[in-house]
Amino acid sequence: MSDIKIIMKKEDYRTILDHCKKGLPNEACGLLAGTVDGNVKTVTKVYLLTNTDNSNEHFSMDPKEQFAALKDARSNGYGLIGNFHSHPESPSRPSEEDKRLAFDPTFEYLILSLQDIDNPVLKAFKVDKEKNVTIHEIEYI
Amino acid sequence: MLFTIAGEKKEYEEGITLDNLIMKEEIDNPEYVTVTINDEFIDKEAFGTTVINEGDAVEFLYFMGGGAN
Repeated sequence: MSDIKIIMKKEDYRTILDHCKKGLPNEACGLLAGTVDGNVKTVTKVYLLTNTDNSNEHFSMDPKEQFAALKDARSNGYGLIGNFHSHPESPSRPSEEDKRLAFDPTFEYLILSLQDIDNPVLKAFKVDKEKNVTIHEIEYI
Repeated sequence: MLFTIAGEKKEYEEGITLDNLIMKEEIDNPEYVTVTINDEFIDKEAFGTTVINEGDAVEFLYFMGGGAN
């Protein structure tokens, strides 16, 4: 665990959880807008995107939806600080494919495991250029 | 010549093409990058022939995806 902390409203967590449950049996995905102040990253808005793969083992974001989220975030004075996707049947940890396709070492990569549907697990990860993974704390407010 | 990349003003020589810009900006893994200029998506096949103009707004978007395995 590093000293970077992510601040997320409980309602944003519920938005992510609902989106990922509605997406079952497939993976679901989205983007996070927010601010960065030193080691604290605050989520200000959650964007729910389409998994164009329609798969329970893969996801791809729609570039047009990505771009729309980027524009909306920027117009509100925020940046995109991370993304999220669900693992319907596996733990909350980056797969080899997740790591390979994590191109931005400043981004937060959140994974919501729905392996135990009654006990979802959301974790945040940083993936550096060498594909080393660090877990970041999420504080809910 | 001034234009913006990801909302930040940048200065490059006149006539610079998109593929040269990607190289000069040292964009990693360019094969996974989608580009918009003034909100229009640019086909990858056109990167070598697309010229950036004064005042353009360029955005680089990394492909975002993954898998559970």
